[in-house]
Amino acid sequence: MRWWLPDAGSTFAGPIDTLFLAILIITGIALVIVEVGLVTFVIRYRARPGRKAFYTHGSTRAEVIWTAIPAVTMVALGLISNHYWVLMKDKKSIPPNAYHLGVHAKQFEWQVTYPGPDDKLGTADDFTVRNQLHVIVNQPTAVELSSEDVIHSFFVPEWRVKQDAVPGMHITAWFQATKTGEFEIGCAELCGMGHYKMRGRVFVHTPDEYKAWIAQQAAGGTE
Amino acid sequence: MTSVAHAKPAGGAHDAHAPMSFWRKYIFSTDHKIIGIQFLFVSLFFLLVGGLLAMQIRWQLGFPGKPLPGGGILPESMVSGGVILPEYYIQLVTMHGTFMVFFAIMPLLVGVYANFLIPLKIGTHDMAFPRINMWSFWLALLAGAIMLAGFFVPDGAPRAGWTMYAPLSARPDLSGATISQKLWSISIVVLGLSSVMGSVNYITTIINHRAPGMHWFRMPLSVWALFITAILAVLALPVLQGAAIMLLFDQTLGTHFFDPGAGGQPLLWQHLFWFFGHPEVYILILPAMGMVSDIIANGSRKPIFGYHSMVFAIIGIAFLGWIVWGHHMFMSGMNPTLGSTFMVSTLLIAVPSAIKVFNWMGTMWRGNLRFHVPMLNAIGFVSMFTIGGLSGIFMAATPVDIPLHDTQFIVAHLHYVLFGGSLFALFAAIPYWYPKMFGRMMSERIGKLHFFLTFIFYNMTFFPMHIIGMGGQMRRIYDPTIYDFLKPQQPLNVFISYSAFALFAVQFLFAFNFLWSLKFGKKAPQNPWEDNGMEWSLPNPAPHGNWDRTPNVYRGPYEFSAPEAGDKDYLPQYVKLPTDRDPVPAPLPAGGH
Repeated sequence: MRWWLPDAGSTFAGPIDTLFLAILIITGIALVIVEVGLVTFVIRYRARPGRKAFYTHGSTRAEVIWTAIPAVTMVALGLISNHYWVLMKDKKSIPPNAYHLGVHAKQFEWQVTYPGPDDKLGTADDFTVRNQLHVIVNQPTAVELSSEDVIHSFFVPEWRVKQDAVPGMHITAWFQATKTGEFEIGCAELCGMGHYKMRGRVFVHTPDEYKAWIAQQAAGGTE
Repeated sequence: MTSVAHAKPAGGAHDAHAPMSFWRKYIFSTDHKIIGIQFLFVSLFFLLVGGLLAMQIRWQLGFPGKPLPGGGILPESMVSGGVILPEYYIQLVTMHGTFMVFFAIMPLLVGVYANFLIPLKIGTHDMAFPRINMWSFWLALLAGAIMLAGFFVPDGAPRAGWTMYAPLSARPDLSGATISQKLWSISIVVLGLSSVMGSVNYITTIINHRAPGMHWFRMPLSVWALFITAILAVLALPVLQGAAIMLLFDQTLGTHFFDPGAGGQPLLWQHLFWFFGHPEVYILILPAMGMVSDIIANGSRKPIFGYHSMVFAIIGIAFLGWIVWGHHMFMSGMNPTLGSTFMVSTLLIAVPSAIKVFNWMGTMWRGNLRFHVPMLNAIGFVSMFTIGGLSGIFMAATPVDIPLHDTQFIVAHLHYVLFGGSLFALFAAIPYWYPKMFGRMMSERIGKLHFFLTFIFYNMTFFPMHIIGMGGQMRRIYDPTIYDFLKPQQPLNVFISYSAFALFAVQFLFAFNFLWSLKFGKKAPQNPWEDNGMEWSLPNPAPHGNWDRTPNVYRGPYEFSAPEAGDKDYLPQYVKLPTDRDPVPAPLPAGGH
């Protein structure tokens, strides 16, 4: 049983998980104030014979306090979040040395196009594998997402990566895996009756392993 | 009108309202109260339908591959050997959302309570346009019937989620549903008509038909909330209608608004849908907030803490509600810079929401709390809405939204707002105004049992969804157990399903209480909650036409425990104290009642 986000598998997981924790603490404090306050009031101010409610229409000072504190907190949270948002999603943040792969989504599979031995997409040695995403550990990777039919969403929980693949659009999502091993791709956007089984497998290799795999695939071999 | 204003204007059959046939009185009625009650029965029926669909969803998620109990009665196109099929599963999630949002919660809050409460609370005889009002009900019923028909056509119900994302919704070859996808679009167009007709009516009535002395800032917060909601609805629903018409054209006439292959743009649907859809979220919560405010002041025997800031918070939420739609599209491929602006506007909604929560607490602070069933549910509303509001901050912060978007975390969040918020408010409002509707009280004992059990099972159902969402379980998937990363948390899915079944079962207490009390409930005294609202100057149930003569209003709606009240702890808006002067009546527009 897991009670937290999945184990971190990319460079994005650090800041996202820290922000998650920070929001959990902020909202946790607010929640405790409200719920403890409610329970206290329910017990303390319950109707009893002879009691009378305190007649008041409010307090400007209290209003200012509980308007200003959330406002300042939210603006600060927005500024911090935006820094990481730009880093993760802005096109300009994609590292120039990123290794590019094509991911084409269709009902109900992921078609991954690899650049082949020349490391360039769009050349003759490219090859496509269904439902298998092989990447190199610690190497910035950019997936160029497209869709054949409906909207799908490319989601690898361990990497904290999610990006819709929209027909008619070319969207690039980038990440840098930090852990070797096997993971899964899920589709996060309802894409039809097979939505649930649109499952791909992710393999994070060391550079040498990856090279070997590419060579083997380019030679027409199967895994 | 300026003559003797008595402490309790007597209600009674209005001269102009001669006895009517059963059909005119209860079926094709133009009486706002009967229309409200018609909406109540119809939307409670759809609430039950939505609940039944939810139970099937929970069966599948808790016990994938096991035959659905009683599934044998379903046709082969939905189940195979009793096991829910994937194509039926997505019909279930689509129609659960559609029915709950459009045909249960929205009409329960707006159709029922805007109709029933507005004229009673502002002291007028009926709506400005009673006939349009009647049409608004019958169109809503027609829309519901069209939507329900989706289950009975070949290929079954719509399959693209209640958000109907194109191109899946536009292309039958991709969704597998042909007729019902069109029925969805048609139903939404009809429902939009109904909603706009109702809203125009509410807005006009509130602006023009307030009783003398009912200044804007003497209106109860329920009326303020319903007023702002009506403005949201009249501006938002036509956008959805427009989008639904475009979708219908794509589905039937061969246009390609949303089909990229022919130059369309799938994101256009999302922008249009959410430009409606986010204000819709506030249409579903503002009336709940308004009614809860009335009930908390009553239960606390204290004026609302910060009445003016409560009004401005309603307006603030409604205004911000127009500029946050993009937060539903953070992962959609929309320009990330737009995401930044939508993040800021979304986070700012926390401010008016916090004002509301703290002012409800301020109202209870040093009060003299009476725990009648409406008050219990109103406190439940505050505590649960707080969780729903706070969990929204996680998704508003865009980087954190990346792992959470389109997972069960969102499902948890939206149910904390829609069930913990809107439905708890309805469990407060229904017994509170029940005597005004039917002249009888609902049972307090069953009501309390229902509240406590619902509160427990509700949290057991929806809280763990946050955790499986953090674990990554995507929304609307038929079988989570095929994923290695989701398998370990399957026991929690089983737990949620059992809790959901219990939650559903407990609702029969409410249904029983509601139906049984119609005939056998205790006869209601005139002002059972010792409240200040104008509606309690009338007998229960209130007669057609409400007041014989337009009543006067002498003060704000929340004068509980006011020093002038003497030995009582409430001072109704309609009571004239020796020190009160009669208000100068505002001239009614020509043709007014």
